Amino acid sequence: MDWLNALNLTFGEFIGAYTAAYVLCALGLAVHFGFTGLLNFGQAAFAALGAYGYSIATLSFGWPWYSSVLFGLLCSAAFAVVLGIPTLRLRADYLAIVTIAAAQALKFAVSASIFENVTGGSNGLSQFGDSFYALNPIPKGRYDFGVFALSENELFIRIVAWSLIILIAVFLFFLTRSPWGRVLKGIREDEDAVRSLGKNVFSYKLQSMIVGGSIASLGGMVFVMSSQTNQPSNWGTNFTFMLWTILLLGGAATILGPIVGGMVFFGLLMFLQSVMEGLVNMGWLPFLDIAQVGQIRFLLVGVALMLLVIFRPQGIFGNKKELQFNG
Amino acid sequence: MSQLNIRAGRKAGVFLGVLAMLFAILSAGAPAKAADDPSTYAYTIAGTLLNNEKPLVGVNVTAQLDAFKASAKSDDSGAWTIMVPKAGIYNVSIDKSTLPAGVSFTKADGDKLQADLTQTDFAAVLFSFGKSTVVAENFGDQLIVRVWAGLNFGLLLAMAAIGISLIFGTTGLNNFAHGEMVTTGALFVWFFHIVVNLNILVSAVIAILLTTVFGWVQDAGLWKPLRKRRMGLNQMMIVSIGFSIVARYILLLFFGGDTKDIGGGGNIIKLGPIFTSDIALISLVICVLSLAGVALFLTRTRLGKATRAVSDNPSLAAATGIDVERIIRIVWIVASALTGLAGVLYGLQFQATWLTGFDILLLLFASVTLGGLGTALGATVGALIIGMIVEVSSLFIANELKYAAALVILIVILIVRPQGVLGKKQRIG
Amino acid sequence: MANQISIGEPAPGCKKVDPILVANKVTRVFGGLTAVDVEHMEIPRGLITALIGPNGAGKTTMFNLLTGFDKPNTGEWTFDGKNLANVSSYKVARMGMIRTFQLTKALSLLTVIDNMRLGDQKNPGEGFFQAFLRPVWKKHEAKITLKADELLKRFKLDAKREDYAAALSGGQRKLLEMARALMSDPKLVMLDEPMAGVNPALTQSLLEHIKGLKENGTTVLFVEHDMHMVRHISDWVIVMAEGKVVAEGPPADVMKNPAVIDAYLGAHANSDLGDIDINSAAKETN
Repeated sequence: MDWLNALNLTFGEFIGAYTAAYVLCALGLAVHFGFTGLLNFGQAAFAALGAYGYSIATLSFGWPWYSSVLFGLLCSAAFAVVLGIPTLRLRADYLAIVTIAAAQALKFAVSASIFENVTGGSNGLSQFGDSFYALNPIPKGRYDFGVFALSENELFIRIVAWSLIILIAVFLFFLTRSPWGRVLKGIREDEDAVRSLGKNVFSYKLQSMIVGGSIASLGGMVFVMSSQTNQPSNWGTNFTFMLWTILLLGGAATILGPIVGGMVFFGLLMFLQSVMEGLVNMGWLPFLDIAQVGQIRFLLVGVALMLLVIFRPQGIFGNKKELQFNG
Repeated sequence: MSQLNIRAGRKAGVFLGVLAMLFAILSAGAPAKAADDPSTYAYTIAGTLLNNEKPLVGVNVTAQLDAFKASAKSDDSGAWTIMVPKAGIYNVSIDKSTLPAGVSFTKADGDKLQADLTQTDFAAVLFSFGKSTVVAENFGDQLIVRVWAGLNFGLLLAMAAIGISLIFGTTGLNNFAHGEMVTTGALFVWFFHIVVNLNILVSAVIAILLTTVFGWVQDAGLWKPLRKRRMGLNQMMIVSIGFSIVARYILLLFFGGDTKDIGGGGNIIKLGPIFTSDIALISLVICVLSLAGVALFLTRTRLGKATRAVSDNPSLAAATGIDVERIIRIVWIVASALTGLAGVLYGLQFQATWLTGFDILLLLFASVTLGGLGTALGATVGALIIGMIVEVSSLFIANELKYAAALVILIVILIVRPQGVLGKKQRIG
Repeated sequence: MANQISIGEPAPGCKKVDPILVANKVTRVFGGLTAVDVEHMEIPRGLITALIGPNGAGKTTMFNLLTGFDKPNTGEWTFDGKNLANVSSYKVARMGMIRTFQLTKALSLLTVIDNMRLGDQKNPGEGFFQAFLRPVWKKHEAKITLKADELLKRFKLDAKREDYAAALSGGQRKLLEMARALMSDPKLVMLDEPMAGVNPALTQSLLEHIKGLKENGTTVLFVEHDMHMVRHISDWVIVMAEGKVVAEGPPADVMKNPAVIDAYLGAHANSDLGDIDINSAAKETN
């Protein structure tokens, strides 16, 4: 078995563009759940709106990359408001069901053939990144980093994505340590108490939805930009569930948590997959074929989610005292 | 949803062909040695080309993803298979020049379809030929047909939704793994009836029993210990999400990703303007009888009354000498038996995949939420409303948006009446 | 007995010389059961008023209605002359009417000092955009921290300043909740059973704090079902039973009122509860 290859793949996954996209979405979820206590199970919808907003603005309106980014952000902010106004007054578990339902409804809508002209139906959209990659100052070629090599565009999207993560992390660092962040944490603990102190809880929840949703929509853009394809099947419930696993792995009420959680999560998944594929190829796992190894990946996500919530709800980095589920 | 579309297609008499090839693939899935040998590819796209039930022979089908491209010709039965190397969404197209003269596609761009291999290793691609034979009916007749279908679907949903509702009522758990019990019901009846070749009734009984055991073991092995740890309800809800993923992918590993046809849709029966099948009629009767049985159980038996007492107030129920854990165990058994039965009936009518239960899970939650969380009657009413919305809405909007319509209506109703249609008014948020 | 609080003789729903809160025809029905049916109620300004009554008398429901945490079926009320019916709870708090809860709502995973800072209502840093501009709120934050520290000292919680509120005892949480309510200098503090579940050693200091509020010019309305406490600190007592105001007046008079004894004291009618000393009562419950 090629252990070196498995490790190379693992390391590549640590800083991969998809990992970065998930990390961004998980940071958004940290704002929703970790800091405000909102059980949002529709994060995939926010990411999808960023992705579709960007690609539709570029392909249908012919807008440049910066206007497209803005449009994607606006779409997800609008969704946060439309979804938030009716649902943020509901009980926490209702919110979970409504958000997951809204995300699924959105996925059905973008894959519907009646909107095919705009959304590309179930095929989705592709080749919308030219104006973005035109910004790439890195000369054409392959860049060898010892363990893996990247093309100039692959390198560029990684640099942009991880810079974005650092930027967002700093942004959240200041935000969560401000009096504004304190109100959010108060709402997470007990919204009636915060209400009795004269804070407009509903407005804060809505702001939290918008902030976390916008961050997730940036994640959605990174996600589709690396392959320049945006398909509705990307934005299923599995996407959201993986975000939850990442968030709970790292620690929900932390900023570093989702970042390291995402890296560890995808690194571990890739490592396990390489090892299992190696074992299958060596004939050590006769009951499995290569395709099933990919399915076992998802199975492990489920197992990880269960074990984390049961045995370590505060995650790797979380302070045990800082996060409890209020249920 | 796709299996529903397929069924609609069959009814219209246009076309059909599904292959259950997974076991062949599993046995053919030898370790990949030479990367370019197509016989070692792990993913399969397949289908059967039929025009008015007659096979189309020698037609060229091509699958393409990025740089990869592979073709196959349909055989004497119209069947074709393409092995592909990796996961992804493949564009599958037919070379029109190889079609026999006079054969055309139902839709203008019907020669280009997609195969989604992102989560499974097998995808069936169904090209449809010939004129669409959907006859223009008057609106009244169409409405009756849709209402009938809605009633049928709603009753099926109700059986599974009552399960969710009973469990929520007695334990407070929103169980996201409930859909998988629908799936086990459907897949087990397929396995025992089609693979083991047992009598359909025997298969159904075994499938329901196995699903009941699954529910019982699930409660005893997972939820009861978590209740003992006094885990928060939201936390348990997330555990149930994890558990549903685990259960779903285990089912995928064992049953494969292809669509299973069990009853073949049954024999068509005409009732006035309604075309229905014997299976649908029998299913309807079974649903009504089971729901009546649940209602009698809850209102007339000591056990049922105790169940409602636990739902109302567990600590008060415990104080009056009711063994709450025993009630919860019984509730799990009743709920999983009902849900397994719903799965069996669903599988017989609409075919089954590893995602069957997960696909309707949100409709189940929508039903329970609509009716008012935690009441069995509410779940039934909610399920009938959701079933109606799903089926009747397809008169006004595209068929592929009918689930979306139900979910949007759920959100709308929650704005107007957060406690649900029949729920007790309580302070929410 | 003459008093300077009510206009005319004390009677259920009587007018006050200087009311801060006036409620009219407030009803709340829960599934056919009338929880609150108050014809008229006035709370005198600058004094300590106790709202008493047996369990299920509708005291807490009345509290929830007055503070916007619940919506009445009918009725309206004014606070300081401003109409308050159908005003949402956070706006009620912003007008200077702060409540506490029967089941303490300390924000467990915030530190004690952060709990206190959250009580302030004028912090510009609580706006989203200002949150990034530290200079905008830095000064204010320092000012409220100073105020919070003073209050913590007064409530003897200064040693716990950096602890999570979850680490406090039940009584300390009650104190924290009260101290937090004072951060915004409210005109009216509404305490829902401030003594419930409090360790007897803390009861006395809690009572002193409530008296202290009055000395600072704050009006206090508190719910209690234990008469011992009431007699010693309140200037005025309103008795509720089955959702209605059945009696009101100065504590000594109310306790002699046959209607009260009948509706509320029940079996204990023979013992003059008003005379039992707080400390001995504390020992009894100990």
